[in-house]
Amino acid sequence: MLEVSGLRVSYGGINAVKGIDFAVRAGEMVTLIGANGAGKTTTLKALTGLLRPVAGAVRYNGEDIVAVPVYQRVKMGIALVPEGRGIFPRLTVEENLDMGGYVRNDVAAIRADRDHVYALFPRLAERRRQTGGTLSGGEQQMLAIGRAMMSRPRLLLLDEPSMGLAPLMVQKIFATIRAIAAEGVTIMLVEQNARLALEVCQRGYVMESGEITLHDNAQALLANPQVRRAYLGEDA
Amino acid sequence: MTFTDKLKTNPAALWSGVVLIACALIALPFALAMAGTTWVRVTNLAILFTLLALGLNIVVGFAGLLDLGYIAFYGVGAYVYALLASPQFNLHLPFWVILPIGALAACVFGVLLGAPTLKLRGDYLAIVTLGFGEIVRIFFNNLSQPVNITNGPQGISRIDPFTIGSFSFSQNEVLLGLNFSGPIKYYYLLLLVLIAVIVINLRLEDSRIGRAWQAIREDEVAAQAMGINTTRIKLLAFAMGASFGGVAGGMFAAMQGFISPESFVLVESVMVLSMVVLGGMGNIWGVIVGALLLSFVPELLRHTVDPLQRSLFGRLIVEPEVVRMLLFGLALMLMMLFRPAGLWPSKVRQRELADE
Repeated sequence: MLEVSGLRVSYGGINAVKGIDFAVRAGEMVTLIGANGAGKTTTLKALTGLLRPVAGAVRYNGEDIVAVPVYQRVKMGIALVPEGRGIFPRLTVEENLDMGGYVRNDVAAIRADRDHVYALFPRLAERRRQTGGTLSGGEQQMLAIGRAMMSRPRLLLLDEPSMGLAPLMVQKIFATIRAIAAEGVTIMLVEQNARLALEVCQRGYVMESGEITLHDNAQALLANPQVRRAYLGEDA
Repeated sequence: MTFTDKLKTNPAALWSGVVLIACALIALPFALAMAGTTWVRVTNLAILFTLLALGLNIVVGFAGLLDLGYIAFYGVGAYVYALLASPQFNLHLPFWVILPIGALAACVFGVLLGAPTLKLRGDYLAIVTLGFGEIVRIFFNNLSQPVNITNGPQGISRIDPFTIGSFSFSQNEVLLGLNFSGPIKYYYLLLLVLIAVIVINLRLEDSRIGRAWQAIREDEVAAQAMGINTTRIKLLAFAMGASFGGVAGGMFAAMQGFISPESFVLVESVMVLSMVVLGGMGNIWGVIVGALLLSFVPELLRHTVDPLQRSLFGRLIVEPEVVRMLLFGLALMLMMLFRPAGLWPSKVRQRELADE
């Protein structure tokens, strides 16, 4: 579904991503793990079109989309749950969700999808008239994911969904991400919480200062001594 | 439930209200004329500034892009009208031809300003737009050489009034025993344009474009991630806001019969912005209230401060102009303290305050 080859991205004069290759197959859950500043978010931004790569190709369903603008990619089925959630703070939960369906104009189906999001996150239904800014961090993350789902994505890109959340909330969020995957949405997850990400996903890529240094099945990576030492906080 | 929602649920009250307001608005100029034709002129200028404030509200209120050079578009509209309907080039095109040209020219200038500033936000955008407004004014001031286009600081005079056939908006006419003076005729025309602009604004606010503006105002990156073509939508805000300014400028030129660069100075931009902010950014009705208040109150002061001091102290102690600016500053300060979202804030801004 997604094939990236030789991707290089500069960010403020720094080569944040130095020629990486990876692929995500339809229906898969793939994670990109790595430390702060490894270039994970930059990679995601290049996938959504928020950043223009210096070199390399991004193929989506066989088509090179490097020159396709952000808003077109949303129509093609690529949705981003941005780092730090990026919800609209002064709009209500419902308005936020409706904004997620901006690229669509099938009113009835949008309403149905909104109810579906409420089913995924009953908490959001309770808070539907509240503004985004008044939600807790976890609720905001739910809203950001729900809003991304409103564009009916086929590929959902999640940037650090566990960031700043209480462990219990993180569990909830990840359970929902798994439920979304079960609905047939392909998922690419960027995480610093490597253990959690590898437990949920099938495959993983490890990124270090702009390069992909390892990639394997998630189980194998969890067992990999190098990974255990660097990302899982164990003395192996 | 908002005011408009309440009206929607009670159509009888809505319509009787509309009829009442319509009657009042139709009768208004004659009542004003009894106090003096000046007051009709003041009202006309107030409506013009309301048009400007509504145009600027699209850029500042809806899309959240701070524009400090908005008066430039008013100037472009005014100069387009003046050049095409005055002895300056001996052109005398009818107004219904010029007004669309003026709107289009202002729209082009809007895009000219919008395109290079797409990546700018907040303070930086404010500085560039401020510079833009000054550049346009300086052009008006200096385009008298080597080819005399704008007639420089002297401005352009003897600009044609609006005419339809032999019907001229500048002449007196007696109809049904009522004296329709020039300003009264302009009043009705302005009122029609104002209603049209309000309707367009209300529709815009509720449209997909309006929602996209809202998203951009809240969070531009997130808006992009929603699939909004932010480039196009921002340019659209600049272009539409500018067009309204252009139309208002054309009407201003025709009503005054004379324009010069002095009418398009920075203070005017600040004034229109104050109207938007004071009334309530993003709320059409609030902006109208703000524009009318800031247009009428200074005029009222102008007519009361002087006689009041003379009767109280027997002489003039403080110049009316000084009192006017003092009160204006005081009003803005009080407002920022007690009603930071404006007199009649938009729904979304009210929420912002409730959150705090």
